[in-house]
Amino acid sequence: MSSAPIPDSTEPPAQKPPSSPAPTLWELFAAFATISLSGFGGVLAWSRRMMVEERRWLTPEQFNETYALCAFLPGGNILNFSVIFGSRFRGAAGALVAVAGLMGPPLLLIMIVGALYAHYGDLPAVRRMLTGVASAAAGLMMATVAKMARPLFRDSSVIRPAIALVTFVAIGLLHWPLPLVLAVIVPVSIGIAWVRV
Amino acid sequence: MKTDSGTLLTLASFFAVLSLFAIGGGNSAVPEMHRFSVDVQHWLTDRQFADTFALAQLAPGPNLIIVALIGYHVAGVAGALVAMLAMCGPTSVFAFFVGRASERFKGSFWHGALSRGLVPVTLGLTAASAIVIATTADYGWLAAGITLGTALTAYFVRVHPLWAFAVAALLGLSGLV
Repeated sequence: MSSAPIPDSTEPPAQKPPSSPAPTLWELFAAFATISLSGFGGVLAWSRRMMVEERRWLTPEQFNETYALCAFLPGGNILNFSVIFGSRFRGAAGALVAVAGLMGPPLLLIMIVGALYAHYGDLPAVRRMLTGVASAAAGLMMATVAKMARPLFRDSSVIRPAIALVTFVAIGLLHWPLPLVLAVIVPVSIGIAWVRV
Repeated sequence: MKTDSGTLLTLASFFAVLSLFAIGGGNSAVPEMHRFSVDVQHWLTDRQFADTFALAQLAPGPNLIIVALIGYHVAGVAGALVAMLAMCGPTSVFAFFVGRASERFKGSFWHGALSRGLVPVTLGLTAASAIVIATTADYGWLAAGITLGTALTAYFVRVHPLWAFAVAALLGLSGLV
């Protein structure tokens, strides 16, 4: 729309969207509500498509950087992404509105689902379908694990596969409390990564 | 389903603490949700937990919406809201401040060690989630077959989760599970 070249020597590049004006609060809400409601089983692909390709609010590099940061923060990746993205453009209000867009509509929907389940959850047909879905979901996670594991086993060292295995046994088979297990395994794993980098 | 404040407080404190340990996305915290809500609190049976997980997968939205469904089961609408706020609040505030300071993190050495160190742990947690869900679902030979078939198919070709769920639901409905 605007043909005038924008002087970019004074601003840091991370603060500036690639070609679109900064989203308004309403646009932030609508964007994250859309991402949330269209993203079945993983919203990463949808958020990238909207933020980078359609609206051009982020360059591919900015998207990757922001997403890498979100993946290593505690909490849901896409939740952290909405907070950081919203606050970059519109401060605390932007973060709040983005989170409301991401969580609000699915929260309403899931409460309807919960009410339906309370009434119909004991019907044999419903139970059988849900058992099928849970089994498939477990299978999808196993495939994800197998894909994630490939680069790990390419290392000559057995330390990282061993850490994955110990975590799996402690949580998945022995059912130990998560905070206790992580309090031991995370410092050990990071320490080893630090020494070996 | 009564919503006394003690239950809401338990929900809030459990999910607030859990959120801080949910590294690598919502699904890695599934075993701990199972341990606490089924084994410790007896809020749900094994089957109800597996159903809850399946419903959260079917519904649109981030994976951690399962938290609201557990909260709803325990204490209705108030339970859903309290559980969700507890799961999202603390980590969102943390992300807000880290996001503001994130320029300082860029390319630093310890950031590399941190993410390299977390990858195998996340991997172990995801594997644990898969086995916990697989073993809590009402199991028969067809259910085991669905799990294995989905795992192999999704490993070798790109599968949209909804297609996998639709096929699995129909197989389940056929009554063989």
